Amino acid sequence: MAKLLKNREILLVFAIVALVFLIALRFPGFVAPSNLARVYNDTSILIILALGQMAVILTRCIDLSMAANLALSGMVAAMINAAFPGVPIPLVILTVVALGAVLGSINGLLVWKLDIPPIVVTLGTLTIYRGTIFLLSNGAWINAHQMSDAFKALPRAQLAGFPVLSWLSVVAVIAVYLLMTRTQTGRAFFAVGGNPHAAVYTGIDVGRTRFLAYCLSGALAGLAGYLWVSRYAVAYVDIAAGFELDIIAACVIGGISIAGGIGSVGGAVLGSLFLGVIKNALPVINISPFAQLAISGTVIIIAVAVNARTEKRKGRVILKKAEAV
Amino acid sequence: MLQETTPLRMKPAITLEGISKSFPGVKALSDVSLSLYPGSVTALIGENGAGKSTLVKILTGIYQPDGGTIRVDGIETHFPTAMAASQHGVTAIHQETVLFDELSVAENIFLGHAPRGRFGLIDWKTLNGNARDLLRRVGADIDPTIRLRDLGIANKHMVAIARALSIDAGVVIMDEPTAALSHKEIHELYELIDRLKADGKAILFISHKFDEIFRIADRYTVFRDGGMVGEGLIADVDQDHLVKMMVGRDVGQVFPKVDVAIGEPVLTVSGYRHPTEFEDINFELRRGEILGFYGLIGAGRSEFMQSLIGITRPSAGAVKLDGKVLVIRSPSEAIANGIVYVPEERGRQGAIIGLPIFQNVTLPSLHRTSRSGFLKLANEFALAREYTQRLDLRAASLDQDVGTLSGGNQQKVVIAKWLATQPKVIILDEPTKGIDIGSKAAVHAFMSELAGQGLSVIMVSSEIPEIMGMADRVIVMREGRIAGRFERSELTAEKLVRAAAGITTQVEGGAA
Repeated sequence: MAKLLKNREILLVFAIVALVFLIALRFPGFVAPSNLARVYNDTSILIILALGQMAVILTRCIDLSMAANLALSGMVAAMINAAFPGVPIPLVILTVVALGAVLGSINGLLVWKLDIPPIVVTLGTLTIYRGTIFLLSNGAWINAHQMSDAFKALPRAQLAGFPVLSWLSVVAVIAVYLLMTRTQTGRAFFAVGGNPHAAVYTGIDVGRTRFLAYCLSGALAGLAGYLWVSRYAVAYVDIAAGFELDIIAACVIGGISIAGGIGSVGGAVLGSLFLGVIKNALPVINISPFAQLAISGTVIIIAVAVNARTEKRKGRVILKKAEAV
Repeated sequence: MLQETTPLRMKPAITLEGISKSFPGVKALSDVSLSLYPGSVTALIGENGAGKSTLVKILTGIYQPDGGTIRVDGIETHFPTAMAASQHGVTAIHQETVLFDELSVAENIFLGHAPRGRFGLIDWKTLNGNARDLLRRVGADIDPTIRLRDLGIANKHMVAIARALSIDAGVVIMDEPTAALSHKEIHELYELIDRLKADGKAILFISHKFDEIFRIADRYTVFRDGGMVGEGLIADVDQDHLVKMMVGRDVGQVFPKVDVAIGEPVLTVSGYRHPTEFEDINFELRRGEILGFYGLIGAGRSEFMQSLIGITRPSAGAVKLDGKVLVIRSPSEAIANGIVYVPEERGRQGAIIGLPIFQNVTLPSLHRTSRSGFLKLANEFALAREYTQRLDLRAASLDQDVGTLSGGNQQKVVIAKWLATQPKVIILDEPTKGIDIGSKAAVHAFMSELAGQGLSVIMVSSEIPEIMGMADRVIVMREGRIAGRFERSELTAEKLVRAAAGITTQVEGGAA
């Protein structure tokens, strides 16, 4: 399977290269290094969120509340900044990452302790978190002029030729990669999703592992909340509405099995980039926003179909034992 | 031993002749014949694995026999589907009913053949009225309009029987129908069976309980190892005779049992109990010993083992390991203390498909292969290599997905996983269930080797030859309690069956 996964990732790299090449035929400027860097920067937030979603999906759960968590964390970041412009930005970021983790842990606790299906839990918290933004802000927007310059400047600041936003996503990718491949918690994510019953006998606490995955996705959503609000210099109830579907789509395109247990950091990153390239390229080559939606949707279904086929093939190999008596 | 059948005057309702059925590596039924007569109850008796369930599945059209014929009322026929079997009037009532919880009682009874009214729509009035009549015929006071999920198991059986009557079944198969019933409910079931007999139904009654066989059966058929070994009238036999027929075989030679010097007690369990699953479990396990746990399916053996390793919590009880009192609250604590459990359903509870072989092996041992919180892949590979080599695993690479391995090799991965934790006590739950004979021998040889190295083994098994061949001592469980303890020297198959079935005295209730 590891081999097959690698193949799938290589396949995705080829698909992205081919896509970029096709776009370059119509619009050569797209492949200019500066533009590619811009596309990456544009996709950075999606990558950060997809990493969190990946961890959750690996444990056979789903987090529909990520975008709402992002919006709530972003609103809190903006409100702190608007009320106390003197608070250092790193402290603001730490605060909203912690807040995001708490919001994620609420999902995790409900899934763990009350044993409610993850889709129901996160559908519920999605609306609760959005509602909370309204309660906090009274429906008002926080606009660019209410935010301090330092608050808005951080994601744009250049470091070794690239914006900090891009660098933060790279750091997140490396950190999550280490977590997934080099720690017992990361291994437990795979085990819990691959075979929860077996994981119990192996001494893994399935509920606690899922809880940790939700904390991770919440913390990353909190980070993304600050980045989103500072980058677009606005915070209101509906920011990133519907973005949870893009996050899940990126994971699915990246070969992360909705059934749990199969996936990789590389897949989540490549899936996000694939969506990012489409979203950035289609307007450039004059394809209407409605066709864009249809194209994104088609890509998702093709990706799921491909994954379903590989998983089915896998199933046939397992069921070898004869049913005796 | 084989009794001459006393033929009844009546023609059989259904006859099986020379039925055979094989699965890869297992011959489940060979050349089996069976006749069921109208107005008569035939008890089908045999150990776990004797082929009873396979026969039921052939009778109900779920399996196709490899050879042999089925005759219904003397006419040769085939049951290519479950629907075909029910159209020929054969119906089965299973231990766990196969009905639909969310439908009403009446809908369950008439599913697939509901009375239609105008425009082909279901005629609810007739449906509920007919259902009420049928339920009255089986003596059940159930409102046909309520949902099935609101009924207890006994009433669900009544609904299943009403369904059998609704399709005008001539042959009713009851597969351990009393397993989940209370005393009162069992008596109601007996009365119902008497009524079905009076209605001229041919009944096949599968049970492990000798008292109920002698209470309601008219005839018996005994299966052993997929073959029919005896049949006749219940009035002509006693319990001893049936037990002998069930187990009468030679065991011992094929098992690679090695004599091991048995050491001091390693694990002591005292006063273990659970509110609903088991009680009064006390025993000692010694170094180098293989302790067999025998019992009928559902006797509470697996439930006790799962509680021992912390998956469920007992309501009372103490465990001592090497003389030290232990409180085990989770499987990880059991593993850390050196008690591991290899579960029965290896597909569901064993290997983790999607993870490579080496990661499957090291999963419970990661704390030993890691350094300062980080996994060390090199250590993991080394550990996985050591234990997979000891088990002679055939795999191209340890990096390969465990799902690509054959069933036998997957099992080696699972066992390697547990050995790599360096346990003191290993619990093997049905270690050879569903695997071919060659792999069975390998597992048995390996078990002997483990005991020889000073490991203590608990072997839960429902197969008498395996228990007799491998265990140093045997504990028999019945209905959640210990029903017998036997040393290897005093072990006989009859004693095991008697203890498991709850036959206490030597000859009791045997018809003269």
